[in-house]
Amino acid sequence: MSQPVANCPNCGAKIVFRWSSSVQTVCDFCKSILVRTDVDLKKVGQVADLPPDSSPIQINTEGKYGNKAFVVVGRILYEYDQSGWNEWHVMMNDGSSAWLSDAQSEYALSLSSKAPNLPAAAQVHVGQQFTWNNQTYTASVITPAHYRGVEGELPFQYWDKADVTFVDLRTESRKFATLDYSDPEPALYLGEFVEFDDLKLKNLRSFEGW
Amino acid sequence: MSTGAPPLSGPPKPQARALNCPKCGAAITLRSFGQAVTVVCSSCRCILDAKDPNLAILQQFEIKTSDVKPLIPLGTRGKLRGTDYEVTGFQRRSVMVDGITYYWHEYVLFNPYKGIRYLSEYNGHWNDISICKTLPSADGGGATYLGEAYKHFQSADANTDFVLGEFPWQVRVGEKAGVTDYVHPPRVLSSEKLEKEVTWSIGEYMYGREIWDSFKLPGDPPEAMGVYENQPSPVATNVTGMWVAFAAFAVFLLLLMGVFDMRAKKEPVLQQTYRFDRAEVKGEPSFVSDEFALTGRTSTVEVKTFAPVSNHWIYLNYALINQDTGQAWDFGREVSYYYGHDSDGSWTEGKQNDTVVIPSVPAGHYYLRIEPEADPSLPSIPYTVEIIRDVPVFGIYGIAFLALLVPVVIICFRAYTFERSRWSESDHPPVQLSSGSGDDE
Repeated sequence: MSQPVANCPNCGAKIVFRWSSSVQTVCDFCKSILVRTDVDLKKVGQVADLPPDSSPIQINTEGKYGNKAFVVVGRILYEYDQSGWNEWHVMMNDGSSAWLSDAQSEYALSLSSKAPNLPAAAQVHVGQQFTWNNQTYTASVITPAHYRGVEGELPFQYWDKADVTFVDLRTESRKFATLDYSDPEPALYLGEFVEFDDLKLKNLRSFEGW
Repeated sequence: MSTGAPPLSGPPKPQARALNCPKCGAAITLRSFGQAVTVVCSSCRCILDAKDPNLAILQQFEIKTSDVKPLIPLGTRGKLRGTDYEVTGFQRRSVMVDGITYYWHEYVLFNPYKGIRYLSEYNGHWNDISICKTLPSADGGGATYLGEAYKHFQSADANTDFVLGEFPWQVRVGEKAGVTDYVHPPRVLSSEKLEKEVTWSIGEYMYGREIWDSFKLPGDPPEAMGVYENQPSPVATNVTGMWVAFAAFAVFLLLLMGVFDMRAKKEPVLQQTYRFDRAEVKGEPSFVSDEFALTGRTSTVEVKTFAPVSNHWIYLNYALINQDTGQAWDFGREVSYYYGHDSDGSWTEGKQNDTVVIPSVPAGHYYLRIEPEADPSLPSIPYTVEIIRDVPVFGIYGIAFLALLVPVVIICFRAYTFERSRWSESDHPPVQLSSGSGDDE
């Protein structure tokens, strides 16, 4: 496995990329947010300490999705008025990457997907239907969330966001879709809800008393 | 692991947080780690913001009765469907129907890996509830979830009137939600509408005993009262299947009847016409028939009597006697036929024919002894006696048919009354069949 190695421009610590396509990572020592350029790493910011949370998943948690093994390499933490959720960036053993979301122990796996003519945030309303890959999705919740922090490796630069709008789309099966309006161009993620037991997770956090 | 990489410091291991109520100072434990959104101080009834390090007070509520006590104490752990869960929250909710308030209780269960699950309890009936991961589709009369059809049971406004412990949502006393239940026993599909948000959950009926065993609670669970909306019927679950089985048996009986009817020889062995003449009867009225032979296997013997009676009776004391062994079968038959008119119109009673079957008569030489008696007003009457060997007997099939039918009818009736009492509590009560049967509480 190729693990590009570099040094943190801030503190000099060794930075190991577990996923060769990672664009951004966080230095484990000085918590600098580092972005990969063609030649070296550039410090673009500093992460504040993430609030204590209760996700059983952590960086380096391993699991299985279908017949593919994956390892958690990064994370984005979002908050909204009710609560928060984690989007764990996972690296599959075939070199692709995916997102494992954990919202109050409801787990889902999704992949970045391409579709033409994605609607603008203002054009979407609850109940509206969309068809992608021959599957009809119904917009169920529009969540104005805010970015709370990052950890580990990510496939894009993501460190200076504030408010982010998400549209959750459901189906009558386990499949779901998310429209992500973090960037000017909407991004589409297609995925499905998964059972905790089916993920066969290893290297989970332990909880006092459990 | 990569070499040279610094050890991951990682966030501290989450543990149950011990805090103090900002209002009264009482100790508060957060058992569900970061999943608690609100927590209730059990001593001063403050609802606190569990996300706030200072536990800001969100609401204070009062409860008139002090006997709202969870049957499963907070902090109790139990194994449900193979996973350990801890009871972290408790709420009492109520609906008002026709001026009567009905209360039920909900328990929040927590596992740090599997998340949140709920238990509900109403009058000793329990449900294991989780949030639906896929979207049900609903119309007025029902809903479909994972390909299964659910019938609409009830829609009501549920009020939260007592809370204890932690909740993974912003709980408030006095909050109202529009709750709609759809049932497919033993499951119940519920939608809870709060402002613009709709949450669907799926519950499965559980018996108090199972809950007591899961959480190792002392004593006995409260007895379940009445029939609950998604309680599985204790009666045969598949009434249709039972009727199918019954029909199959009935067909089998008919086939059996057919086979035995075909096998029966129906062999006439004697036919004779006699005359009863009162004038001639002097002293001993009895006489014997001609001798006849019964051949073949031991079989039934049918004795038919015909007399053209008309508002009279004739009574025949018969004895079928085996000439070889002296064995006798004694039996008496009456032939009577009456008719007339009364205020209800014309009527008839009796028949001019009589048939009787004697079972298991062995082969041999026989004769019939006949001793006639007749209506005193009848001076003379002819009568015909006919004996047929090996006739099929159908009465036994009738008995078998009834023996099969009776339990099926009883079970169906019990299933029907159970469903009636289930639906009598719903928005769609069964129509009362008569004014006298309004006793299904």
